[in-house]
Amino acid sequence: MSETASGSAEIDEQTRRDFLIWSTVAVGAVGTALAVWPFIDQMNPAADTLALASTEVDISQIEVGQSITVIWRGKPVFIRHRTQEEINAAESVDLADLPDPQTDDARVQKPEWLIMVGVCTHLGCIPLGQKSGDPKGDFGGWFCPCHGSHYDTSGRIRKGPAPNNLPVPGYEFTSDSTVLIG
Amino acid sequence: MSGGTSNFQSNSRVVNWIEHRLPIFSFLDSQLHQYPTPKNLNYFWNFGSLAGIVLVIMIVSGITLAMSYTPHTDLAFNSVERIMRDVNSGWLIRYIHMNGASMFFIVVYIHIFRGLYYGSYKAPREILWMIGIFILLAMMATAFMGYVLPWGQMSFWGATVITNLFSAIPLVGDYIVQLLWGGFVVDNPTLNRFFSLHYLLPFVIVGLVFLHLWALHMHHSNNPTGVEIKDEKQDTIPFHPYYTIKDMYGLGIMLIFFAFFIFFAPNYFGHPDNYIMADPLVTPPHIVPEWYFLPFYAILRAFTSDYWVYQIISLGGTLMSAKLAGVIAMFASILVLLLLPWLDRSRVRSAKYRPLYRFFFWVFAIDCVILGWVGGLPPEGVLVTIGQWSTFWYFFHIIIIVPVVGILERPKPLPDSIAASVTSAPQAAE
Ligand code: HEM
Ligand code: FES
Repeated sequence: MSETASGSAEIDEQTRRDFLIWSTVAVGAVGTALAVWPFIDQMNPAADTLALASTEVDISQIEVGQSITVIWRGKPVFIRHRTQEEINAAESVDLADLPDPQTDDARVQKPEWLIMVGVCTHLGCIPLGQKSGDPKGDFGGWFCPCHGSHYDTSGRIRKGPAPNNLPVPGYEFTSDSTVLIG
Repeated sequence: MSGGTSNFQSNSRVVNWIEHRLPIFSFLDSQLHQYPTPKNLNYFWNFGSLAGIVLVIMIVSGITLAMSYTPHTDLAFNSVERIMRDVNSGWLIRYIHMNGASMFFIVVYIHIFRGLYYGSYKAPREILWMIGIFILLAMMATAFMGYVLPWGQMSFWGATVITNLFSAIPLVGDYIVQLLWGGFVVDNPTLNRFFSLHYLLPFVIVGLVFLHLWALHMHHSNNPTGVEIKDEKQDTIPFHPYYTIKDMYGLGIMLIFFAFFIFFAPNYFGHPDNYIMADPLVTPPHIVPEWYFLPFYAILRAFTSDYWVYQIISLGGTLMSAKLAGVIAMFASILVLLLLPWLDRSRVRSAKYRPLYRFFFWVFAIDCVILGWVGGLPPEGVLVTIGQWSTFWYFFHIIIIVPVVGILERPKPLPDSIAASVTSAPQAAE
């Protein structure tokens, strides 16, 4: 009897000690994680970087068939005044042919204005096709020289290693001749 | 550190006073002077000490460069040009640092292939080998970030492409990339942190080198026969003066080679586009990493959606994107080396006595060279196919050939001891 009693007291003692040890370890681990976090978080974009204002662009000077590149949050944004053929080509594509299916309609507010971030979704190069002499790839849109991604006249990925379409930023036409990006 | 016997004694009262409190003299004596070293080491055993000396050269030239370098996107490029034109001996220090990085990788790659050939990674040197792989990884991170510092076109676009690799990670990828950049593109915050880490990592490497040497001195150097030291008197000679002098001789040769590039072809390993200041709006037509990354770059690019290896490992494209597969393969190509001590089933170390392994070793070495060559060219036409088959072979060699050869091969008879292998009349042990 007395043996059992002392035995169970020992077990009690054990579990109590285990509990104390593990709760100390747990509190210590949480505390360490909390202390480490600021040193990691300081690498995230700082307040002034985040506060970068939106960009307003005058588009009245862009002729049909011309493109300009503007900077928004340090990234190039392509603004293209599309020709009727380009719009037709973009709208007539069968969605089943697209690696990242999206209608042209979902990518523009006004069909003649294609506005998108000009950063290849593969590894971040800037696709060619903004200037008249540039290669435009197999689908008449943009071509990324880094690893050979082809984008169509809606900026959708058609061929090559990039997984996604060129992203469309938030924007709004503030008048017929200006657009506010961001 | 074990192994070294020291019968260190001194008559100097100062030395003895210090020795009694910090036994540093007997330690150095046992590890660098008396330290027993196999007497049959060939010149491939020079490359370890060479790597150590190049590391010191990199740290000295780096710290002095940092005295005139400015880590800011507006000023970095011009501060490097100022180092080249106006700072006293600045051109020399920068060319030492630039070419020193290439020398470092040449020396370390030879050092690693030496280990592969002579089976130096096998028991009891597994941890020694693994620390070596970690040193390689730290060197790669250091060199990558260093190349960003001059803020030329290749600096910027190399940084952009490589940091974007992390965006392939599902769910958290984009978040991680933003964390690395400290913004939405590679920009000033990125340059600042790269400078901070580029300064730090070489000293982490120094720490790893100490662990590497500690592990080395536990069981001593391997040697061309791969037979362990059996009798210290017969099989070894003291490190000093025999190997100190041999290492010095090798160093002289290496420095001549190094100096040739510094003085006569300082930009041979570089890329002319890096003398154009970084322009975030213009991607150079052909982005290439530094030569020492090319084999890994080739592995990264081999993974296109129609690559059959990708089709298999992604279960027909469902498990992961080709981009993610490429990133995983690139990191795996180095990490898989950590498993080598267990993948190699043969108990014979040296390829000298392993005819079949020796053959495949050379095929593997050529495969790595082909990968490097493909990695430097645009991925077009037949080059894509060559890159994909060489990538396949790289992994096939390590994961399949090495274990299978280890089991199937009948090695040639080993010498009884290191001493027996070098005496002209082989003594029969019987
Ligand atoms: C493991 C050793 C090291 C390696 C492999 C390495 C590699 C490199 C590389 C490849 C560059 C680019 C050179 C160029 O193209 O201009 C570079 C630049 C630089 N490194 Fe290092 N480095 C090492 C150690 C250090 C250390 C310890 C410092 C000390 C602060 C340092 C400071 C610098 C500076 C200031 C630059 C920019 C100037 C320039 O580009 O010439 N490096 N490093
Ligand atoms: S970054 Fe555009 S194809 Fe790779």
